[in-house]
Amino acid sequence: MKTRLGHEHPLAVALFASPAVLLFLLFVALPMLLAAGATLTNHRLMSPEPTRFIGLDNYRRLLALDVLVVDPLTDAQGAVVRDEEGVRYPTWRQVRSEHPGLESYREAFRVELGEALGGRRIVLAATDPLFYRSLINTFLFAVLVLPLQCGVALGLAVLVNQKIRGRIVFRTMYFAPVVTSMVVASIVWAFMLNTDRGMLNELLRGLLHDPDAGPDWLGDSRYALPAIALMSAWQGAGFQMLVFLAGLQSISPELYEAATLMGANSWQRFVHVTLPGLRNTIIFVLVSTTLLAFGLFTQVDVMTSGGPLDSTTTVVYHAVRSGFKEQDVGYGSTITLVFFTVVLGLSVLQRMLVAKGEKK
Amino acid sequence: MRTHIRTRLRDTLLFCAMAAIGLVFVAPLLFMFISSFKDDAAVFANLDRWSAYLPAADWSLRNYTAVFEKSDLPSFLLNSAVIAALTVAGGILVNSMLAFALARMRWRGRQLVLALVVAMVIVPFEVIAIPLLSLVARLPWPAIEHGQLVLHMGWFNSLHVQVIPFLANAFCVFLFYQFFRDIPPELDEAARMDGAGPWTIYARIIMPNSGPVIATAAIVLFISAWNQYLWPIMVVQGEAFRPVQPGIQQFFGRTNSWGQIMAYASVITLPVLAVFLAFQRQFVASVAGTGVKG
Repeated sequence: MKTRLGHEHPLAVALFASPAVLLFLLFVALPMLLAAGATLTNHRLMSPEPTRFIGLDNYRRLLALDVLVVDPLTDAQGAVVRDEEGVRYPTWRQVRSEHPGLESYREAFRVELGEALGGRRIVLAATDPLFYRSLINTFLFAVLVLPLQCGVALGLAVLVNQKIRGRIVFRTMYFAPVVTSMVVASIVWAFMLNTDRGMLNELLRGLLHDPDAGPDWLGDSRYALPAIALMSAWQGAGFQMLVFLAGLQSISPELYEAATLMGANSWQRFVHVTLPGLRNTIIFVLVSTTLLAFGLFTQVDVMTSGGPLDSTTTVVYHAVRSGFKEQDVGYGSTITLVFFTVVLGLSVLQRMLVAKGEKK
Repeated sequence: MRTHIRTRLRDTLLFCAMAAIGLVFVAPLLFMFISSFKDDAAVFANLDRWSAYLPAADWSLRNYTAVFEKSDLPSFLLNSAVIAALTVAGGILVNSMLAFALARMRWRGRQLVLALVVAMVIVPFEVIAIPLLSLVARLPWPAIEHGQLVLHMGWFNSLHVQVIPFLANAFCVFLFYQFFRDIPPELDEAARMDGAGPWTIYARIIMPNSGPVIATAAIVLFISAWNQYLWPIMVVQGEAFRPVQPGIQQFFGRTNSWGQIMAYASVITLPVLAVFLAFQRQFVASVAGTGVKG
């Protein structure tokens, strides 16, 4: 329906629009502008020293990256030195001393090429290795949680869309974790994921009849991030379920009838009617879930404090640690702004892909 | 007849599947509530069996009395309640007013403001947290001292720092906008003819007819205010203005009694669950609409 709008006095418009618009300007736009300025300074939250202009030093410190190829250690005869752990390499301290200009660099990652490729080690060195680590962790978390949470949400939506007695009760059950705070959810899951006494491992041990089964979920750097992703999907899927449900209910029933008349089974109806009908909904859900995943902080702060071995440190966690705990607002703002640019770039990319798909 | 039986069978299977999935979703919460009535030894008993989710024979309120006596939970609850109430009241007012201007007034720049609001809906708060932190550190706040008006620098350690930045909420503006846009214009045309100004139309006609969306906005604002965590841990250092979520995190770090932790968690989760259950019909209807129409 087209609403007929009256002509309003500009003062009336200003009266209605200004409170919220001013609040948005003051608490969203202004902080971002100030942050852009702060990235060029050494501004600290509470500091007796005056803030100094330091140019692009914060960006350099955050982004500086170098790739080094390290040869294995050799003895006097030129043979590769080995010990029980395999080929020995010079320590980072030794490598750094041979490369002037790398004084403030530390190892971020390393990859060992097999013996066939000369047994060399490739080292990624950065002045803030934790930033690259946290960037990778954040993307990894998004990659883990996105299919899990959106897939579960779509499945739940299809289920509660069935004409089944009690579907409202089920819908409420699936949604209950969403209204639970992330802090409470993290604490309850920290209990359930406990290695020795948590119920997840108790269940695993019961199922496998193996008293030693069950990993150290939050204490093992291989499992901590997937465990947090699992918990986050549990907490958040109910919300996307509602969005998918509305999308499902907006698909015309005639399309399903037509497909049935043409002999389509329920899987074919899902692929050829439901999925195309949900296109816009799916895009909305994917974009919003991605951005939510990029904001990962609370679960990490409560469950792992970024560990073990920095395997759950995310960009927001790193920014909060620098900008708040270490009070280095200039550097914390730099992390925020660089990350914001990455997020913005990704969502623009997503938009472009969508627009391309629409033309076809 | 055969198809009838097949449908019945299919429905029964579906029902069982949905019930099983439902149990997975509520099990952690159920465990939290049940454990809060058990002593610590009973919490850890039978974790691999159903009885972990059943009340123990000697259930008691001991954990609750312990939590209320040895922590500052009552004052944290009060802080959170005040923060949530102010955020809901102020948020409904400012967001519905902007939505009214966007949906029912004609002005230059309307499309731009609308597009910006829609873009802001999906930006997570975490992304602007640090910049916002350094802003509120520099904002002045008026106070009366010895009969004189003085300006204090910085908003730290207060209730207003936990309310004012969260009043304007892009998601709520969008919810109100969608609802106001679909209210038929005939409703306020008569009033317009009688010379009613925009404020009269907003306050006397539009808002009284917007019950469902007001309920939804109230839930969205209440839940996000009640569940605040990152912001209060940065801007509130002392205990005087601390809300419940940083409260439980601190309690979690200090005690070994899982029974008491679960009691604390239950106390701060119940208000949100209650608010949601009370308004869930309106809530589900309006939240579900945002993805499709947006």
